[in-house]
Amino acid sequence: MSYTIEGNTGTWEIVVGLEVHAQVISESKLFSGASTAYGAPPNANVSIVDAGMPGMLPVVNAHCIRQAVRTGLGLKAQINKDSVFERKNYFYPDLPQGYQISQYLHPIVGNGELVIDMPNGESRTIGITRLHLEQDAGKSVHDRSDDATLIDLNRSGVALMEIVSEPDIRTPEEAVLYMRKLRSILRYLGTCDGNMEEGNLRCDANVSVRRRGETAFGTRCEIKNVNSMRFVARAIEYEARRQVDLIESGQTVVQETRLFDAQKGETRSMRGKEEAHDYRYFPDPDLLPVILPEGYVEEIAASLPELPDAKKSRFIADYGVTPYDAGVLVMEQQTAAYFEAVAQGRDAKQAANWVINELFGLLAKGGKDLSETPISADDLGRLLDLLNDGTISGRLAKDVFAIMFETGQSPARIVEERGLKQVTDTSSIEPFCEEVIAANPGQVETYRKNPKVIGWFVGQVMKKTGGKANPAVVTGILQKMLDG
Amino acid sequence: MSELTYLTLTQARAGLLAKEFSVDELLEAHISALAAHRDLNAFITETADLARQQAKTAASRLQRGEAGLLEGLPIAIKDLFCTTDVLTTAASHILDGFKPPYESSVTRKLWGEGALCLGKTNLDEFAMGSANVTSYYGPVRSPWTAVGDNVAVVPGGSSGGSAAAVAARIALAATGTDTGGSIRQPAAFCGITGIKPTYGRCSRFGVIAFASSLDQPGAFGRSVEDCALFLEAMAGYDPNDSTSADLPVPDWKSEVGGGVKGMRIGLPREYRVDGMPSEIEQIWQQGASWLKAQGAEIVEISLPHTKYALPTYYIIAPAEASSNLARYDGMRFGLRVPGKNLAETYMKTRGEGFGAEVRRRIMIGTYVLSAGYYDAYYLKAQKVRRRIADDFTQAFEHCDAILTPTAPSAAFRVGDKMDDPVAMYLNDVFTVPSSLAGLPGISVPAGLSASGLPLGLQVIGRPWDEMTCFKVGRAIEQAADFTTLPYGLEAAA
Repeated sequence: MSYTIEGNTGTWEIVVGLEVHAQVISESKLFSGASTAYGAPPNANVSIVDAGMPGMLPVVNAHCIRQAVRTGLGLKAQINKDSVFERKNYFYPDLPQGYQISQYLHPIVGNGELVIDMPNGESRTIGITRLHLEQDAGKSVHDRSDDATLIDLNRSGVALMEIVSEPDIRTPEEAVLYMRKLRSILRYLGTCDGNMEEGNLRCDANVSVRRRGETAFGTRCEIKNVNSMRFVARAIEYEARRQVDLIESGQTVVQETRLFDAQKGETRSMRGKEEAHDYRYFPDPDLLPVILPEGYVEEIAASLPELPDAKKSRFIADYGVTPYDAGVLVMEQQTAAYFEAVAQGRDAKQAANWVINELFGLLAKGGKDLSETPISADDLGRLLDLLNDGTISGRLAKDVFAIMFETGQSPARIVEERGLKQVTDTSSIEPFCEEVIAANPGQVETYRKNPKVIGWFVGQVMKKTGGKANPAVVTGILQKMLDG
Repeated sequence: MSELTYLTLTQARAGLLAKEFSVDELLEAHISALAAHRDLNAFITETADLARQQAKTAASRLQRGEAGLLEGLPIAIKDLFCTTDVLTTAASHILDGFKPPYESSVTRKLWGEGALCLGKTNLDEFAMGSANVTSYYGPVRSPWTAVGDNVAVVPGGSSGGSAAAVAARIALAATGTDTGGSIRQPAAFCGITGIKPTYGRCSRFGVIAFASSLDQPGAFGRSVEDCALFLEAMAGYDPNDSTSADLPVPDWKSEVGGGVKGMRIGLPREYRVDGMPSEIEQIWQQGASWLKAQGAEIVEISLPHTKYALPTYYIIAPAEASSNLARYDGMRFGLRVPGKNLAETYMKTRGEGFGAEVRRRIMIGTYVLSAGYYDAYYLKAQKVRRRIADDFTQAFEHCDAILTPTAPSAAFRVGDKMDDPVAMYLNDVFTVPSSLAGLPGISVPAGLSASGLPLGLQVIGRPWDEMTCFKVGRAIEQAADFTTLPYGLEAAA
């Protein structure tokens, strides 16, 4: 999968690394007991610690440490048994302490990796540089008042995991696949809900370009605020093109932070070098180094669920589904579980087809997700059983499925109440066959030359029986009649 | 004036328990003393009404035989401890009007033990100083004056108000905080006893931060026994302070008189600094002789990195302060001086809200943490700090406690050394090394200077071994029999 930009002076490739901020699932904040609940009235979830009141001290939330280690293990990363919280110093009204507590030289998680699955069935490994814990800042609200900026500290102090990738990403699509896969792993682990709309998963993209074949990196720009999967690709495409145009017109790329404007679909400079911060990091003297006790990591490792990659391999091996289908099925834990419940003891490929094409199709049409499905895995399984034992035809099965989706009723009840059972009794099918043959002498002539036309006859008979006739039985009768 | 204010904390406690006088009598005597000594400027906020309210509860608890450790005893609080609904200033303009909606863990414990709050004492702004001259609320004067001189002398700092209040018999005891000597040096200057316990012994929760890795609450009293009793009420593990130690608090007060027989007392040879007045050297030797006479063995020890302690301290403490004081931005509490835009509001608020010494330390701290200077200053200072701590660890293989002078001189006149920050910083040359190592240290009055001002001796102990500090301190106290009262108080006594 190669992605290049054709410039006036040659072909360019892009180099991308992503910094993802994932909000840790936890009841309370990283260093205070205040709630992390979303949607509370402004400044309702603020403790005196979060507000930076004099004399207040942070106390680390052990659950957040556990969540970070869990995530590190999910990314097959090195877990650092000693890590240090440091202060990142800068002034901003939504940063009450005047510093953000973060990890700098000694993050809790080191090198790891994440495998992305390309649509062509290949996979690529993207390196993870590190994962560290840090506090979120508050929110400055500029549009509620003409002459004042309002501050909401509800998010202030909420735990974030900053997950930094290596600059291994080479296409906008890979960036999106990386984000999807990361989100999937975080959700499997239960360490971040991945909700981008609420800002619980945010992405900054470091983008640079270089001429094809070059090995050195170009000057990069960091694009902030890329807050949907769709924008990730668009922002990277725009920024790469901008950089190519700059270089080709004889200018240079300035290392800077840029903001993605989703409405205009462009990136623009946030601050110049003259405003560059010196964050004066140093170890937070209010906090002791985080030292993980003996057996701590092992205990968490033992509690990890089966993750998407392992599940995908198993689905391919055990159920014989295609790599693509397996990839779709394992994206969400719930989908995978649903599929397995349907596939258990049945034709797994058929189950995958019904889940992916039929169920997902209707869900998507209704704007629902799997948690809202009116059709339980058991009922879908029973429907496949009715189809496979010949009780209903393939065509009717889809009708029954649509009714199930609408009413939530069981397939057996729908088939029973609506008289949709397949007819296999030859004596009741024969009159329809005779009728069709008699009414279409021309087609009978054609059949003599081309026996494939029998399919047309079958279709006509099926129509007349309202789809209830067993197509195999119909074919048998027609063959006998036409050949006889 | 009443002789009730001349009792020690321990005596007053016994008197209340024996019903020799009432809580009201004891309190009103102290409130009168408070009013009589306003010239010292020892208090920023007086809380007589609060004390009277607390006294009612104390009286009934005493009545019911449910007295806490400090039931009904009037004390003073350094105005660095946050106290609910009571103005808390850190002696800074920038905290104008700040009444915390919360209580520091240490003061909460004190009120729980029945102590009565006379008021919030003056200090150097944000505890930065050694003479209590940087306070926005004006300097504190010591109740002492030099013989033949009526010019006010400094009480030492930063806990100058607390030391002056205890020395002037306004309060039976007081809290202080010690970052580089802020309890021990004023105790020495004011002729009283002050203990800085091991870092982590008392909670820092609710104490306005100066330098977090060094700040430690501690106690002032007029005897070693008083300090032991008072510290017992202050100390203990606090889950709200990650650096507080989960250790039981020993019954120090009962074992203060355990004696020094068989103890080895170390005298660090590096503490004989150039230009040290001979009277300091003499009182130090006197202290050693007293301890020897009581059965201790005196040994010479070496703390080779001593000369690096002050420079190290003056990198680490300002570095932490520059970050700790970032929260005073005019946004949520205290002073705000509006400017044309956000940056100007920050600059005006902080420029006007902080005094010169605080601004100096913020600038030094910002500098040493800056890109390009961090390794040369902050990082190196951390390494030296480790060496200094190792010095003490090695020294304690050869001794049980270390005896040093508390300060290199007696108190000086208010106004002296104001133009030379480094001369001012030298006040803490004997207290800073043990602060960097987080060790407990007590200062006990041992005698008078030629000019008739108190001189103190410092006893430094192993980590968590305040007990030995108290025992050695008590031995010096007994031998020194320091009974001289500050001038002006003698007549009243």
